[in-house]
Amino acid sequence: MAITKLLVANRGEIAVRIIRAARELGLRTVQVHSAADADSLAVRMADEAVLIGPPMASKSYLNIANILAAAAETGADAVHPGYGFLAENADFADAVQAAGLVWIGPAGASIRVMGDKVAARAAALAAGVPVVPGSEGRIDDADRARAVATSIGFPVMIKAAAGGGGRGIRIAQDIDQLDRLFPQASAEAKAAFGDGGLYLEKVIERARHIEVQILGDGTRAIHLFERECSLQRRRQKVWEEAPSARLPQAMREKLCASAVALAEAVGYRGAGTLEYLYDDATGQFYFIEMNTRIQVEHPVTEMITGVDLVREMIRVCDGQALRHTQDDIRMTGHAIEVRICAEDPARNFQPGPGTITELIVPGGGGVRFDTMLYPGYQVPPFYDSLLGKLIVWDENRAAAITRMARALEELHVGGLPTTRSLHQLLARDPEVQAGDFHTRWLEPWLEQNAHRLEETKA
Amino acid sequence: MSKQILSPLPGTFYRRPSPDQPAFKEVGDTVAVGDVIGLIEVMKSFNEVQADQAGTLTAFVAEDEEPVMAGQLLAELG
Repeated sequence: MAITKLLVANRGEIAVRIIRAARELGLRTVQVHSAADADSLAVRMADEAVLIGPPMASKSYLNIANILAAAAETGADAVHPGYGFLAENADFADAVQAAGLVWIGPAGASIRVMGDKVAARAAALAAGVPVVPGSEGRIDDADRARAVATSIGFPVMIKAAAGGGGRGIRIAQDIDQLDRLFPQASAEAKAAFGDGGLYLEKVIERARHIEVQILGDGTRAIHLFERECSLQRRRQKVWEEAPSARLPQAMREKLCASAVALAEAVGYRGAGTLEYLYDDATGQFYFIEMNTRIQVEHPVTEMITGVDLVREMIRVCDGQALRHTQDDIRMTGHAIEVRICAEDPARNFQPGPGTITELIVPGGGGVRFDTMLYPGYQVPPFYDSLLGKLIVWDENRAAAITRMARALEELHVGGLPTTRSLHQLLARDPEVQAGDFHTRWLEPWLEQNAHRLEETKA
Repeated sequence: MSKQILSPLPGTFYRRPSPDQPAFKEVGDTVAVGDVIGLIEVMKSFNEVQADQAGTLTAFVAEDEEPVMAGQLLAELG
Protein backbone atom coordinates (compact mmCIF):
# COMPACT_ATOMS: atom_id res chain seq x y z
CA MET A 1 0.00 0.00 0.00
CA ALA A 2 1.19 3.50 -0.79
CA ILE A 3 -1.11 5.04 1.79
CA THR A 4 -0.52 4.58 5.51
CA LYS A 5 -3.24 6.46 7.37
CA LEU A 6 -6.91 6.53 6.42
CA LEU A 7 -9.35 9.20 7.57
CA VAL A 8 -12.93 7.93 7.90
CA ALA A 9 -15.33 10.73 6.93
CA ASN A 10 -18.48 9.04 8.14
CA ARG A 11 -20.10 7.59 11.26
CA GLY A 12 -22.18 4.68 12.52
CA GLU A 13 -21.87 1.12 11.33
CA ILE A 14 -20.11 1.98 8.07
CA ALA A 15 -17.33 3.82 9.92
CA VAL A 16 -16.77 0.67 11.99
CA ARG A 17 -16.81 -1.40 8.80
CA ILE A 18 -14.19 0.84 7.14
CA ILE A 19 -11.91 0.82 10.19
CA ARG A 20 -11.98 -2.99 10.18
CA ALA A 21 -10.95 -3.13 6.51
CA ALA A 22 -8.23 -0.51 7.02
CA ARG A 23 -6.79 -2.38 9.97
CA GLU A 24 -6.63 -5.60 7.96
CA LEU A 25 -4.70 -3.69 5.31
CA GLY A 26 -2.20 -2.47 7.90
CA LEU A 27 -3.41 1.14 7.79
CA ARG A 28 -3.73 3.47 10.73
CA THR A 29 -7.11 5.17 11.08
CA VAL A 30 -8.41 8.62 11.94
CA GLN A 31 -12.07 8.90 12.85
CA VAL A 32 -13.60 12.36 12.51
CA HIS A 33 -16.72 12.91 14.58
CA SER A 34 -19.33 15.40 15.70
CA ALA A 35 -19.79 16.40 19.31
CA ALA A 36 -22.68 13.92 19.50
CA ASP A 37 -20.46 10.99 18.49
CA ALA A 38 -17.55 11.35 20.93
CA ASP A 39 -18.55 8.01 22.52
CA SER A 40 -19.16 6.17 19.26
CA LEU A 41 -17.72 2.72 18.64
CA ALA A 42 -15.81 4.03 15.60
CA VAL A 43 -14.14 6.71 17.75
CA ARG A 44 -13.18 4.06 20.30
CA MET A 45 -11.80 1.72 17.64
CA ALA A 46 -9.81 4.21 15.54
CA ASP A 47 -6.19 5.01 16.27
CA GLU A 48 -6.99 8.71 16.46
CA ALA A 49 -10.17 10.78 16.63
CA VAL A 50 -10.76 14.41 15.72
CA LEU A 51 -13.80 16.52 16.64
CA ILE A 52 -15.05 18.32 13.52
CA GLY A 53 -18.10 20.18 14.74
CA PRO A 54 -21.45 20.22 16.53
CA PRO A 55 -24.09 17.48 16.18
CA MET A 56 -25.80 18.89 13.11
CA ALA A 57 -24.39 17.07 10.08
CA SER A 58 -24.18 20.25 7.98
CA LYS A 59 -21.72 21.63 10.53
CA SER A 60 -19.69 18.43 11.02
CA TYR A 61 -19.95 15.43 8.67
CA LEU A 62 -20.70 17.75 5.73
CA ASN A 63 -18.09 20.33 6.71
CA ILE A 64 -15.41 19.90 4.05
CA ALA A 65 -13.01 22.48 5.50
CA ASN A 66 -13.03 20.87 8.95
CA ILE A 67 -12.56 17.37 7.54
CA LEU A 68 -9.57 18.47 5.45
CA ALA A 69 -8.13 20.29 8.45
CA ALA A 70 -8.43 17.07 10.48
CA ALA A 71 -6.56 15.19 7.75
CA ALA A 72 -3.78 17.78 7.72
CA GLU A 73 -3.53 17.83 11.51
CA THR A 74 -3.23 14.04 11.81
CA GLY A 75 -1.14 13.43 8.71
CA ALA A 76 -3.80 11.20 7.12
CA ASP A 77 -3.01 10.47 3.48
CA ALA A 78 -6.36 9.06 2.33
CA VAL A 79 -10.07 9.71 2.91
CA HIS A 80 -12.89 7.15 2.85
CA PRO A 81 -16.32 8.79 2.60
CA GLY A 82 -18.51 5.73 3.33
CA TYR A 83 -22.09 6.21 2.08
CA GLY A 84 -24.39 9.23 2.44
CA PHE A 85 -22.95 12.56 3.70
CA LEU A 86 -20.16 13.54 1.25
CA ALA A 87 -19.73 10.16 -0.48
CA GLU A 88 -21.17 11.35 -3.79
CA ASN A 89 -20.10 14.97 -3.56
CA ALA A 90 -17.81 15.56 -6.56
CA ASP A 91 -16.52 18.83 -5.09
CA PHE A 92 -15.40 17.00 -1.97
CA ALA A 93 -13.68 14.33 -4.07
CA ASP A 94 -11.85 17.09 -5.96
CA ALA A 95 -10.96 18.95 -2.75
CA VAL A 96 -9.52 15.79 -1.16
CA GLN A 97 -7.32 15.21 -4.21
CA ALA A 98 -6.37 18.87 -4.47
CA ALA A 99 -5.14 18.62 -0.87
CA GLY A 100 -2.79 15.85 -2.01
CA LEU A 101 -4.78 13.05 -0.40
CA VAL A 102 -5.99 9.78 -1.89
CA TRP A 103 -9.76 9.70 -2.39
CA ILE A 104 -11.29 6.26 -1.81
CA GLY A 105 -13.83 6.60 -4.58
CA PRO A 106 -14.11 7.44 -8.27
CA ALA A 107 -12.76 10.68 -9.74
CA GLY A 108 -14.92 13.76 -9.22
CA ALA A 109 -15.61 13.78 -12.96
CA SER A 110 -17.06 10.23 -12.80
CA ILE A 111 -19.28 11.24 -9.88
CA ARG A 112 -20.51 14.25 -11.86
CA VAL A 113 -21.39 12.23 -14.95
CA MET A 114 -23.14 9.42 -13.12
CA GLY A 115 -24.84 11.74 -10.61
CA ASP A 116 -26.60 13.74 -13.33
CA LYS A 117 -29.64 11.72 -14.41
CA VAL A 118 -29.64 12.93 -18.00
CA ALA A 119 -25.85 12.49 -18.39
CA ALA A 120 -25.95 9.04 -16.77
CA ARG A 121 -28.77 8.02 -19.11
CA ALA A 122 -26.74 9.21 -22.09
CA ALA A 123 -23.62 7.37 -20.86
CA ALA A 124 -25.68 4.19 -20.45
CA LEU A 125 -27.15 4.46 -23.94
CA ALA A 126 -23.69 5.08 -25.38
CA ALA A 127 -22.42 1.90 -23.67
CA GLY A 128 -25.37 -0.07 -25.07
CA VAL A 129 -27.18 -0.38 -21.72
CA PRO A 130 -30.99 -0.19 -21.96
CA VAL A 131 -32.65 2.70 -20.10
CA VAL A 132 -36.32 3.20 -19.23
CA PRO A 133 -38.00 4.04 -22.57
CA GLY A 134 -38.71 7.72 -22.84
CA SER A 135 -38.15 10.90 -24.76
CA GLU A 136 -34.67 11.63 -25.98
CA GLY A 137 -34.05 14.82 -24.11
CA ARG A 138 -36.68 17.42 -23.38
CA ILE A 139 -40.08 17.97 -24.94
CA ASP A 140 -41.55 21.42 -25.25
CA ASP A 141 -44.90 20.92 -26.98
CA ALA A 142 -47.94 18.73 -26.45
CA ASP A 143 -47.99 17.30 -30.00
CA ARG A 144 -44.50 15.90 -29.61
CA ALA A 145 -45.45 14.56 -26.14
CA ARG A 146 -48.42 12.72 -27.67
CA ALA A 147 -46.23 11.14 -30.34
CA VAL A 148 -43.56 10.02 -27.85
CA ALA A 149 -46.12 8.67 -25.34
CA THR A 150 -47.85 6.68 -28.06
CA SER A 151 -44.60 5.15 -29.22
CA ILE A 152 -43.33 4.17 -25.72
CA GLY A 153 -46.77 3.12 -24.44
CA PHE A 154 -48.94 4.28 -21.52
CA PRO A 155 -48.80 4.85 -18.61
CA VAL A 156 -46.07 7.47 -18.85
CA MET A 157 -44.38 9.67 -16.27
CA ILE A 158 -44.14 13.36 -17.03
CA LYS A 159 -41.01 14.69 -15.34
CA ALA A 160 -39.51 18.15 -15.09
CA ALA A 161 -36.14 18.32 -16.87
CA ALA A 162 -34.86 20.62 -14.14
CA GLY A 163 -36.54 18.69 -11.32
CA GLY A 164 -35.26 16.11 -8.92
CA GLY A 165 -36.04 14.05 -5.86
CA GLY A 166 -39.40 12.95 -7.23
CA ARG A 167 -40.76 16.51 -7.35
CA GLY A 168 -43.12 17.49 -10.13
CA ILE A 169 -43.74 13.94 -11.42
CA ARG A 170 -47.16 13.20 -12.93
CA ILE A 171 -48.45 9.93 -14.32
CA ALA A 172 -50.72 9.89 -17.38
CA GLN A 173 -52.71 6.69 -18.02
CA ASP A 174 -53.90 7.67 -21.49
CA ILE A 175 -53.79 10.38 -24.13
CA ASP A 176 -56.62 12.42 -22.55
CA GLN A 177 -54.79 12.58 -19.24
CA LEU A 178 -51.59 13.47 -21.04
CA ASP A 179 -53.33 16.37 -22.81
CA ARG A 180 -54.65 17.63 -19.50
CA LEU A 181 -51.52 17.06 -17.37
CA PHE A 182 -48.82 18.17 -19.81
CA PRO A 183 -49.60 21.92 -19.71
CA GLN A 184 -50.10 21.75 -15.92
CA ALA A 185 -46.76 20.04 -15.44
CA SER A 186 -45.05 22.54 -17.70
CA ALA A 187 -46.51 25.52 -15.83
CA GLU A 188 -45.61 23.99 -12.49
CA ALA A 189 -42.06 23.20 -13.58
CA LYS A 190 -41.69 26.78 -14.85
CA ALA A 191 -42.89 28.12 -11.49
CA ALA A 192 -40.87 25.71 -9.36
CA PHE A 193 -37.61 25.50 -11.30
CA GLY A 194 -37.76 28.49 -13.68
CA ASP A 195 -37.67 26.00 -16.56
CA GLY A 196 -40.84 24.51 -18.05
CA GLY A 197 -38.93 21.77 -19.91
CA LEU A 198 -40.37 18.30 -19.50
CA TYR A 199 -39.45 14.77 -20.50
CA LEU A 200 -41.40 11.54 -20.61
CA GLU A 201 -40.56 8.11 -19.27
CA LYS A 202 -42.51 4.88 -19.39
CA VAL A 203 -43.93 3.70 -16.06
CA ILE A 204 -42.58 0.26 -15.20
CA GLU A 205 -45.38 -0.97 -12.97
CA ARG A 206 -44.32 -4.25 -11.47
CA ALA A 207 -40.58 -4.32 -11.44
CA ARG A 208 -37.88 -5.79 -9.30
CA HIS A 209 -35.06 -3.59 -8.09
CA ILE A 210 -31.92 -5.36 -9.23
CA GLU A 211 -28.47 -3.84 -8.85
CA VAL A 212 -25.07 -5.01 -10.02
CA GLN A 213 -21.96 -4.56 -7.88
CA ILE A 214 -18.87 -3.58 -9.81
CA LEU A 215 -15.24 -2.90 -8.95
CA GLY A 216 -13.00 -0.95 -11.29
CA ASP A 217 -9.36 0.15 -11.28
CA GLY A 218 -9.82 2.95 -13.82
CA THR A 219 -9.10 0.69 -16.77
CA ARG A 220 -10.61 -2.68 -16.14
CA ALA A 221 -13.85 -3.50 -14.31
CA ILE A 222 -15.41 -6.69 -12.98
CA HIS A 223 -18.89 -7.42 -11.64
CA LEU A 224 -19.68 -9.31 -8.46
CA PHE A 225 -23.15 -10.40 -9.53
CA GLU A 226 -26.40 -8.79 -8.52
CA ARG A 227 -28.38 -7.93 -5.43
CA GLU A 228 -32.14 -7.67 -5.26
CA CYS A 229 -33.67 -4.94 -3.11
CA SER A 230 -37.32 -5.01 -4.13
CA LEU A 231 -38.67 -4.77 -0.59
CA GLN A 232 -38.79 -1.02 -0.04
CA ARG A 233 -40.72 1.43 2.09
CA ARG A 234 -40.80 5.04 0.93
CA ARG A 235 -38.03 4.19 -1.55
CA GLN A 236 -35.84 2.99 1.32
CA LYS A 237 -34.55 -0.55 1.08
CA VAL A 238 -35.65 -2.77 3.93
CA TRP A 239 -34.51 -6.31 2.99
CA GLU A 240 -31.76 -7.06 0.48
CA GLU A 241 -30.46 -10.29 -0.95
CA ALA A 242 -27.89 -11.77 -3.29
CA PRO A 243 -28.40 -13.23 -5.74
CA SER A 244 -31.86 -12.06 -6.85
CA ALA A 245 -34.80 -14.18 -5.71
CA ARG A 246 -35.94 -14.76 -9.28
CA LEU A 247 -33.58 -13.44 -11.98
CA PRO A 248 -33.04 -16.01 -14.77
CA GLN A 249 -29.42 -16.92 -15.46
CA ALA A 250 -29.46 -15.55 -19.01
CA MET A 251 -30.75 -12.21 -17.74
CA ARG A 252 -28.11 -12.19 -14.98
CA GLU A 253 -25.38 -12.54 -17.58
CA LYS A 254 -26.80 -9.70 -19.70
CA LEU A 255 -27.24 -7.36 -16.74
CA CYS A 256 -23.79 -8.01 -15.33
CA ALA A 257 -22.13 -7.65 -18.73
CA SER A 258 -23.90 -4.35 -19.32
CA ALA A 259 -22.73 -3.08 -15.93
CA VAL A 260 -19.11 -3.93 -16.70
CA ALA A 261 -19.40 -2.26 -20.12
CA LEU A 262 -20.73 0.94 -18.59
CA ALA A 263 -18.11 0.96 -15.81
CA GLU A 264 -15.28 0.48 -18.29
CA ALA A 265 -16.75 3.07 -20.68
CA VAL A 266 -16.49 5.75 -17.98
CA GLY A 267 -13.08 4.54 -16.69
CA TYR A 268 -14.56 3.78 -13.31
CA ARG A 269 -12.33 3.38 -10.26
CA GLY A 270 -13.51 1.98 -6.93
CA ALA A 271 -16.68 0.19 -5.89
CA GLY A 272 -19.91 1.14 -7.62
CA THR A 273 -23.42 -0.09 -8.15
CA LEU A 274 -25.59 0.08 -11.23
CA GLU A 275 -29.27 0.02 -10.43
CA TYR A 276 -31.86 -1.48 -12.75
CA LEU A 277 -35.54 -2.19 -12.88
CA TYR A 278 -36.34 -5.68 -14.08
CA ASP A 279 -39.80 -6.45 -15.36
CA ASP A 280 -40.64 -10.13 -14.74
CA ALA A 281 -43.58 -10.06 -17.10
CA THR A 282 -41.68 -8.86 -20.17
CA GLY A 283 -38.15 -9.96 -19.24
CA GLN A 284 -36.92 -6.42 -19.92
CA PHE A 285 -34.37 -4.59 -17.79
CA TYR A 286 -33.70 -0.88 -17.62
CA PHE A 287 -30.77 1.06 -16.14
CA ILE A 288 -31.98 3.70 -13.67
CA GLU A 289 -28.90 5.09 -11.98
CA MET A 290 -25.38 4.46 -10.74
CA ASN A 291 -24.25 4.88 -7.16
CA THR A 292 -20.60 5.87 -7.05
CA ARG A 293 -19.84 4.60 -3.54
CA ILE A 294 -19.96 1.57 -1.28
CA GLN A 295 -23.59 0.74 -0.52
CA VAL A 296 -25.33 -0.14 2.72
CA GLU A 297 -26.21 -3.61 1.42
CA HIS A 298 -22.71 -4.51 0.17
CA PRO A 299 -22.28 -7.35 2.73
CA VAL A 300 -24.67 -9.70 0.90
CA THR A 301 -22.33 -9.56 -2.10
CA GLU A 302 -19.35 -10.22 0.18
CA MET A 303 -21.13 -13.26 1.62
CA ILE A 304 -21.79 -14.93 -1.74
CA THR A 305 -18.43 -14.06 -3.36
CA GLY A 306 -15.99 -14.02 -0.43
CA VAL A 307 -14.55 -10.71 -1.69
CA ASP A 308 -14.08 -7.90 0.86
CA LEU A 309 -15.41 -4.94 -1.14
CA VAL A 310 -14.19 -2.25 1.24
CA ARG A 311 -10.64 -3.60 1.24
CA GLU A 312 -10.67 -3.90 -2.55
CA MET A 313 -11.95 -0.37 -3.08
CA ILE A 314 -9.17 0.97 -0.86
CA ARG A 315 -6.60 -1.03 -2.85
CA VAL A 316 -7.70 0.14 -6.30
CA CYS A 317 -8.04 3.75 -5.19
CA ASP A 318 -4.53 3.47 -3.76
CA GLY A 319 -3.46 2.89 -7.35
CA GLN A 320 -3.23 -0.90 -7.45
CA ALA A 321 -4.64 -2.91 -10.34
CA LEU A 322 -7.67 -5.10 -9.65
CA ARG A 323 -6.46 -8.32 -8.04
CA HIS A 324 -9.30 -10.37 -9.51
CA THR A 325 -10.21 -11.37 -13.02
CA GLN A 326 -13.86 -11.94 -13.83
CA ASP A 327 -13.29 -15.69 -13.72
CA ASP A 328 -12.02 -15.42 -10.14
CA ILE A 329 -15.44 -14.22 -8.99
CA ARG A 330 -17.70 -17.13 -8.10
CA MET A 331 -21.07 -17.00 -6.47
CA THR A 332 -21.92 -19.55 -3.79
CA GLY A 333 -25.20 -19.92 -1.90
CA HIS A 334 -27.56 -17.12 -0.94
CA ALA A 335 -27.25 -14.14 1.42
CA ILE A 336 -29.89 -11.85 2.95
CA GLU A 337 -29.49 -8.60 4.85
CA VAL A 338 -32.13 -6.86 6.92
CA ARG A 339 -31.79 -3.34 8.25
CA ILE A 340 -32.28 -3.09 12.00
CA CYS A 341 -33.40 0.51 12.55
CA ALA A 342 -34.41 2.44 15.67
CA GLU A 343 -37.99 2.71 14.45
CA ASP A 344 -41.25 1.29 15.75
CA PRO A 345 -43.07 -0.69 13.03
CA ALA A 346 -46.19 -0.73 15.22
CA ARG A 347 -46.28 3.09 15.28
CA ASN A 348 -45.79 3.97 11.62
CA PHE A 349 -42.01 3.60 11.94
CA GLN A 350 -41.68 6.47 14.39
CA PRO A 351 -37.95 6.75 15.16
CA GLY A 352 -36.87 6.34 18.76
CA PRO A 353 -33.34 7.22 19.81
CA GLY A 354 -32.24 6.09 23.27
CA THR A 355 -29.70 4.22 25.36
CA ILE A 356 -28.87 0.58 24.64
CA THR A 357 -29.74 -1.28 27.84
CA GLU A 358 -29.22 -4.79 26.51
CA LEU A 359 -27.54 -6.22 23.43
CA ILE A 360 -27.57 -9.87 22.44
CA VAL A 361 -25.95 -10.41 19.05
CA PRO A 362 -26.90 -13.51 17.05
CA GLY A 363 -24.10 -15.89 16.16
CA GLY A 364 -23.48 -19.30 14.71
CA GLY A 365 -22.66 -20.32 11.19
CA GLY A 366 -23.31 -17.93 8.33
CA VAL A 367 -24.38 -15.02 10.54
CA ARG A 368 -22.87 -11.51 10.52
CA PHE A 369 -24.04 -8.41 12.37
CA ASP A 370 -22.52 -5.10 11.26
CA THR A 371 -23.32 -2.56 13.94
CA MET A 372 -22.00 0.35 16.00
CA LEU A 373 -23.98 -0.64 19.09
CA TYR A 374 -22.59 -1.62 22.47
CA PRO A 375 -24.36 -1.87 25.82
CA GLY A 376 -24.69 1.59 27.35
CA TYR A 377 -24.30 3.37 24.00
CA GLN A 378 -26.58 6.36 23.60
CA VAL A 379 -27.99 6.39 20.08
CA PRO A 380 -28.10 10.08 19.16
CA PRO A 381 -31.24 11.57 17.57
CA PHE A 382 -29.35 13.61 14.96
CA TYR A 383 -28.62 11.03 12.28
CA ASP A 384 -30.39 8.23 10.45
CA SER A 385 -31.97 5.40 12.38
CA LEU A 386 -29.82 2.50 11.15
CA LEU A 387 -28.51 0.56 14.15
CA GLY A 388 -27.11 -2.43 12.39
CA LYS A 389 -27.42 -4.84 9.53
CA LEU A 390 -28.14 -8.49 10.19
CA ILE A 391 -26.72 -10.59 7.38
CA VAL A 392 -27.01 -14.33 6.90
CA TRP A 393 -25.63 -16.76 4.36
CA ASP A 394 -26.72 -20.30 3.61
CA GLU A 395 -26.56 -22.83 0.82
CA ASN A 396 -29.77 -21.68 -0.84
CA ARG A 397 -32.46 -19.04 -0.47
CA ALA A 398 -34.91 -21.16 1.55
CA ALA A 399 -32.20 -22.12 4.02
CA ALA A 400 -31.04 -18.49 4.24
CA ILE A 401 -34.57 -17.35 5.14
CA THR A 402 -34.79 -20.04 7.84
CA ARG A 403 -31.41 -18.95 9.17
CA MET A 404 -32.51 -15.30 9.11
CA ALA A 405 -35.60 -16.16 11.17
CA ARG A 406 -33.38 -18.03 13.64
CA ALA A 407 -30.91 -15.13 13.89
CA LEU A 408 -33.69 -12.58 14.37
CA GLU A 409 -35.05 -14.70 17.21
CA GLU A 410 -31.64 -14.45 18.93
CA LEU A 411 -31.21 -10.72 18.41
CA HIS A 412 -32.14 -8.53 21.36
CA VAL A 413 -31.64 -4.80 21.39
CA GLY A 414 -32.99 -3.29 24.59
CA GLY A 415 -33.71 0.37 25.31
CA LEU A 416 -35.34 1.51 22.10
CA PRO A 417 -37.78 0.31 19.44
CA THR A 418 -36.36 -1.63 16.48
CA THR A 419 -37.59 -3.03 13.19
CA ARG A 420 -36.78 -6.61 14.23
CA SER A 421 -40.46 -7.62 14.43
CA LEU A 422 -41.08 -6.45 10.85
CA HIS A 423 -38.32 -8.72 9.58
CA GLN A 424 -39.61 -11.64 11.62
CA LEU A 425 -42.98 -11.30 9.90
CA LEU A 426 -41.39 -10.89 6.48
CA ALA A 427 -39.30 -14.03 6.96
CA ARG A 428 -42.51 -15.99 7.66
CA ASP A 429 -44.47 -14.53 4.73
CA PRO A 430 -45.28 -17.04 1.93
CA GLU A 431 -44.79 -14.44 -0.83
CA VAL A 432 -41.43 -13.40 0.56
CA GLN A 433 -40.48 -17.06 0.82
CA ALA A 434 -41.51 -17.56 -2.82
CA GLY A 435 -39.65 -14.42 -3.92
CA ASP A 436 -42.96 -13.22 -5.31
CA PHE A 437 -42.60 -9.45 -4.87
CA HIS A 438 -41.77 -6.17 -6.62
CA THR A 439 -40.86 -2.64 -5.58
CA ARG A 440 -44.46 -1.73 -4.73
CA TRP A 441 -45.20 -4.91 -2.81
CA LEU A 442 -44.16 -3.91 0.72
CA GLU A 443 -46.19 -0.75 1.30
CA PRO A 444 -49.65 -2.32 0.83
CA TRP A 445 -48.41 -5.35 2.78
CA LEU A 446 -47.55 -3.06 5.71
CA GLU A 447 -51.08 -1.65 5.67
CA GLN A 448 -52.65 -5.11 5.58
CA ASN A 449 -50.39 -6.41 8.33
CA ALA A 450 -50.52 -3.42 10.66
CA HIS A 451 -52.38 -5.43 13.32
CA ARG A 452 -49.80 -8.24 13.20
CA LEU A 453 -46.95 -5.76 13.61
CA GLU A 454 -48.80 -4.52 16.67
CA GLU A 455 -49.06 -8.04 18.14
CA THR A 456 -45.47 -9.11 17.53
CA LYS A 457 -44.08 -5.95 19.06
CA ALA A 458 -40.94 -7.00 20.85
CA MET B 1 -45.85 32.73 36.22
CA SER B 2 -44.80 32.28 32.63
CA LYS B 3 -46.03 29.36 30.58
CA GLN B 4 -43.49 27.07 28.97
CA ILE B 5 -43.31 25.09 25.74
CA LEU B 6 -41.11 22.02 26.19
CA SER B 7 -39.57 19.80 23.53
CA PRO B 8 -41.57 16.59 23.22
CA LEU B 9 -38.57 14.73 21.74
CA PRO B 10 -34.79 14.78 21.59
CA GLY B 11 -33.35 16.05 18.31
CA THR B 12 -32.64 19.23 16.39
CA PHE B 13 -34.93 22.23 16.90
CA TYR B 14 -35.95 24.33 13.90
CA ARG B 15 -37.89 27.58 14.11
CA ARG B 16 -38.56 27.67 10.34
CA PRO B 17 -40.41 25.16 8.13
CA SER B 18 -37.44 25.25 5.71
CA PRO B 19 -34.25 27.31 5.50
CA ASP B 20 -35.69 29.77 2.93
CA GLN B 21 -38.95 30.42 4.79
CA PRO B 22 -39.77 32.74 7.70
CA ALA B 23 -40.02 31.48 11.28
CA PHE B 24 -43.28 29.88 12.41
CA LYS B 25 -43.48 32.42 15.25
CA GLU B 26 -41.53 35.46 16.40
CA VAL B 27 -41.25 36.92 19.89
CA GLY B 28 -44.33 39.10 20.46
CA ASP B 29 -46.62 36.90 18.35
CA THR B 30 -49.79 35.57 19.91
CA VAL B 31 -49.97 31.80 20.13
CA ALA B 32 -53.14 29.72 20.28
CA VAL B 33 -53.36 26.14 21.54
CA GLY B 34 -52.30 23.86 18.68
CA ASP B 35 -50.20 26.49 16.87
CA VAL B 36 -46.94 25.16 15.49
CA ILE B 37 -43.97 27.00 16.98
CA GLY B 38 -41.20 24.86 15.49
CA LEU B 39 -40.05 21.44 14.37
CA ILE B 40 -37.95 18.76 16.03
CA GLU B 41 -35.94 16.58 13.68
CA VAL B 42 -35.43 13.11 15.10
CA MET B 43 -33.43 10.72 12.94
CA LYS B 44 -34.39 12.53 9.73
CA SER B 45 -38.08 12.56 10.66
CA PHE B 46 -39.67 15.97 11.29
CA ASN B 47 -42.17 16.43 14.12
CA GLU B 48 -44.21 19.57 14.79
CA VAL B 49 -43.98 21.28 18.15
CA GLN B 50 -47.45 22.56 19.00
CA ALA B 51 -48.30 24.97 21.76
CA ASP B 52 -50.38 23.31 24.48
CA GLN B 53 -51.27 26.68 26.05
CA ALA B 54 -52.25 30.06 24.64
CA GLY B 55 -50.43 33.33 25.21
CA THR B 56 -47.92 35.76 23.77
CA LEU B 57 -44.43 34.56 22.92
CA THR B 58 -41.99 36.27 25.23
CA ALA B 59 -38.80 34.38 24.46
CA PHE B 60 -37.23 31.52 22.55
CA VAL B 61 -34.91 29.76 24.95
CA ALA B 62 -33.64 27.20 22.41
CA GLU B 63 -31.82 28.47 19.35
CA ASP B 64 -32.80 27.66 15.78
CA GLU B 65 -30.96 24.55 14.44
CA GLU B 66 -29.65 23.60 17.89
CA PRO B 67 -29.72 20.15 19.50
CA VAL B 68 -32.33 19.78 22.25
CA MET B 69 -33.19 17.09 24.80
CA ALA B 70 -36.69 15.74 25.43
CA GLY B 71 -38.34 17.98 28.01
CA GLN B 72 -35.98 20.88 27.36
CA LEU B 73 -37.48 24.38 27.49
CA LEU B 74 -37.95 25.74 23.97
CA ALA B 75 -39.99 28.92 24.42
CA GLU B 76 -41.86 30.93 27.00
CA LEU B 77 -45.30 32.48 26.77
CA GLY B 78 -46.53 35.44 28.74
